[in-house]
Amino acid sequence: MIDIGLLIFLVVVAVAVIHVRNLFTASMLFAIYSLLSAGLFVVLDAGDVALTEAAVGAGISTLLFLATLTLVDREEAPAIKPWRHHWPALLVVGITGAFLVYATLDLPQFGDPNSPAQTHVGAQYIANTYEDMGIPNMVAAVLASYRSIDTLGEGFVIFTAGLAVYALLSVPPRRRRKNGAHDKAAEKTGEKSHE
Amino acid sequence: MMDVVLSYFNYWVVILLMMIGFYGVIAHGNMDKKLMALGLFQTSVFILFISAGKVIGGATPVIRDGVSVFSNPLPHVLILTAIVVGVATTAVGLALAVRINEAYGTIEDDLIGDPSHEPEEP
Repeated sequence: MIDIGLLIFLVVVAVAVIHVRNLFTASMLFAIYSLLSAGLFVVLDAGDVALTEAAVGAGISTLLFLATLTLVDREEAPAIKPWRHHWPALLVVGITGAFLVYATLDLPQFGDPNSPAQTHVGAQYIANTYEDMGIPNMVAAVLASYRSIDTLGEGFVIFTAGLAVYALLSVPPRRRRKNGAHDKAAEKTGEKSHE
Repeated sequence: MMDVVLSYFNYWVVILLMMIGFYGVIAHGNMDKKLMALGLFQTSVFILFISAGKVIGGATPVIRDGVSVFSNPLPHVLILTAIVVGVATTAVGLALAVRINEAYGTIEDDLIGDPSHEPEEP
């Protein structure tokens, strides 16, 4: 199954993102990770999500990371030894992961049409969307018609985030570097384009 | 045995990705890297939700001729919103990192407040 191949690639790329010390390389690998997950969403029948992830996740967040790299150091502080691990962190992560894997055994099987997620309101939306809204795309209908006020709330969240970025970067800088203005412009266009 | 592994494979990979991101957030001092690790974690949650909405033999939830079984559209809507909000919060985090870099001359946790890394006055 294509699904399994993509998931294995995702794990490999995720390890690489964490392992490399050059932040430019890490940003590029992060873009690849987003693109792979967009591919996975297509396989899992979520076309709209895949489009958004490819445009916003792989496009705009990579742009933001690169814009930040023009202002900060490109190299992370070097590790003492190449494969030195942070043992307490590894311990915490291992225990949390083990508990979560134990919890998955209670989840319904993957793709089961009778799982609770499928038999509740989801079925009603699938049955009634076209009569109610006249839009063949159910995701768009739920997002913009049934749940339009929630989407407006999302707009407020993004607006607030845009204001926060503006407030943080527009303070008259004492030690601002000369390419600072360029970064501010990049971040603001990133904000506006998905409002 | 193989059936069990296949039916839980998505969930287990999601947890693995989640833990890789979690490890990055804890173990790396660089704030840019921490935000990337947080992004890994976030995307793994998206994959979990989309996996929960998938129906075997289902199709993308767009009504068209010849298709009667659809995957659940509600997780898709939720994740669509989450992706966009996630990028907005990443932007705020990066803006904070830029400001910290201006004030302290570094975005490494361990070096903030270290006198040898204070930015030189103009």
